[in-house]
Amino acid sequence: MRVELVKRPQRSALFSALSPFIALLLTLLAGAVMFLFLGKNPADALYYFFIEPLLETWSLHELAVKAAPLILIGVGLSICYLSNNWNIGAEGQFIIGAIAGSILPVAFPGFQSPIVLPLMLVMGIVGGAAYAGIPAWLKARFGTNEILTSLMLVYVAQLFLDWLVRGPWRNPEGFNFPETRNFHAYAILPEIWPASGRAHWGFVFAILAALVLWFVLSRTLKGFEVKLIGQSPRAGRFAGFSRSRMIIFAFLVSGALAGLAGISEVSGAIGQLRPAISPGYGFTAIIVAFLGRLNPLGIIAAGLVLALSYLGGEAAQISIGVSDKVARAFQGMLLFFVLACDTLIHYRIRVSRRLVAKPIEAPAGHA
Amino acid sequence: MLESILITIATAATPLLIAAMGELVVERSGVLNLGVEGMMIMGAITGFAVALTTGSVWLGVFAAILVGAAFALIFGFLTLSLVTNQVATGLALTLFGLGLSGMLGEGFVGRPGLRLGRIDIPFLSDLPFVGRLLFGQDPLFYVSLLLTAAVAYFLFATRAGLMLRAVGDNHTSAHAQGINVVAVRYLAVMFGGACAGLAGAYLSLVYTPQWVENMTAGRGWIALALVVFASWRPWRVVAGAYLFGGVTIGQLHAQALGVAIPSQLLSSLPYLATIAVLVIISRNRRLTMMNTPASLGRPFVPER
Repeated sequence: MRVELVKRPQRSALFSALSPFIALLLTLLAGAVMFLFLGKNPADALYYFFIEPLLETWSLHELAVKAAPLILIGVGLSICYLSNNWNIGAEGQFIIGAIAGSILPVAFPGFQSPIVLPLMLVMGIVGGAAYAGIPAWLKARFGTNEILTSLMLVYVAQLFLDWLVRGPWRNPEGFNFPETRNFHAYAILPEIWPASGRAHWGFVFAILAALVLWFVLSRTLKGFEVKLIGQSPRAGRFAGFSRSRMIIFAFLVSGALAGLAGISEVSGAIGQLRPAISPGYGFTAIIVAFLGRLNPLGIIAAGLVLALSYLGGEAAQISIGVSDKVARAFQGMLLFFVLACDTLIHYRIRVSRRLVAKPIEAPAGHA
Repeated sequence: MLESILITIATAATPLLIAAMGELVVERSGVLNLGVEGMMIMGAITGFAVALTTGSVWLGVFAAILVGAAFALIFGFLTLSLVTNQVATGLALTLFGLGLSGMLGEGFVGRPGLRLGRIDIPFLSDLPFVGRLLFGQDPLFYVSLLLTAAVAYFLFATRAGLMLRAVGDNHTSAHAQGINVVAVRYLAVMFGGACAGLAGAYLSLVYTPQWVENMTAGRGWIALALVVFASWRPWRVVAGAYLFGGVTIGQLHAQALGVAIPSQLLSSLPYLATIAVLVIISRNRRLTMMNTPASLGRPFVPER
């Protein structure tokens, strides 16, 4: 018996829609096995992981808090990945966006006015975009591998933030803790429904960004350009699209959104800068982008799923005493299954019992 | 003083060298595995945990090699049998490895580990100046150099090496020649995983004998950059690895001496150096084009 892949004449619409769900199901199964090995009742564990966080209002708010950066970064990355630009440094762009956006409330705390918050958001966007511009420019100008440069810049950004909060930006009244002063009232991104929970406007930005990018990708020439250059650079060149401009465009858009995510997180959820402001949102957003099949609307759903895995990790730690690190392992596993299931979109799996070699057929049409 | 600095440079360079040498073979076969960091961190936790629980450092080293290869097998199954995108799958391997190692390693945080002792080659290691440097290192230092020689010999002086390079340069022609492209790539990918696992074990059993989450700190990615830096030639990887070892150790010594530069800036030097090196290499486009395995990253499905 042999198993082989047979290329479909065209991509399967059925499996395009179904593959993320198959992947989620397989991840849950694998997760159940993992919990069994950890000596926990799998049904209980999965309940605490994926159901319990959805039962309380405050917890739904937390879900929106965690989903906001994941969706914002994920939709930006989808532009990059669709155009074949491998930006994996969103974590760094998130951090630099947060730092750039925090300049006003931290370095000029006396400047208090309703205009501070909009300025912070713009500065965060510019900061993230500028930081993403470095690997983009290096790739467009010298052909430098953007995967490695964008990732190296994550470490540089983390160290830069660490230096700021321990050095020049340390809170003068903070008893030497490595953190900046708390943002003043004008610098706080407001909550959506303060009465019921912590969800801030970052979640609204995320939904808006996803809708706008969905429109751009599916209904405009720019969206066509993104996808054409990604699928066939040669055809893109014939159509008169510039590859290097697309590199810059894709990186700037995704960097800007990562920067917005960074400043929203700091100003909406944390309220100051600390040495660690992200539990790996920039990397988890890569999983979000693929689980959402690089479609901004799908990415909204995918962002909520992965936000749930963060919450579930915390909930499971409290209720059944498994480490919240389980969540990270879960997330990595999910990406494997997503990628494996995507194979079904382009290929059929044929199981044949042929044992003797098939006689050579006459070449049909082109070889 | 200088001698001890040179010795520490060797310990910083060895894991980079081992991991990069594995990835070089993988890329020469036309596969880009971005999961080096993930396989390396799994090697680090496996090596540490097995050594600590069994009391045998060597058992830890072998377990790390096996786990690295097993992790690479997951990558191989996805990219070679299911023809998934190699970049995305490699990233998945890294994310999964970082997550899983954090989970498995939780009970080992802060526990003193075992260290792989160095071996003294009698008489030679007593030579002045070079003795300790060349003949009194840990065993894996010698393994890393032997590995380089073996890979160089294998790739450029054996028939199997020629086949592997053929697969990497043009998988369609290699297939037409009757070479089993997928099988060759499976073997190369698993060799790469074994090397990454060994490099991880080096970190947790020689370089700093303890377990810290994310202790690879980007070394897997630097190893990937080294392969590009070396334009896919084994001996140039040695030069690159020692250059980076030098930068790493140099900045550590500068920190210890209390140079008036923020320690974070010094710590970021290896990463900035990686970027600088990549830019310098890629500016010479012809050289890069000439040396890059032509099928690198391209999927292959045998036509039947």
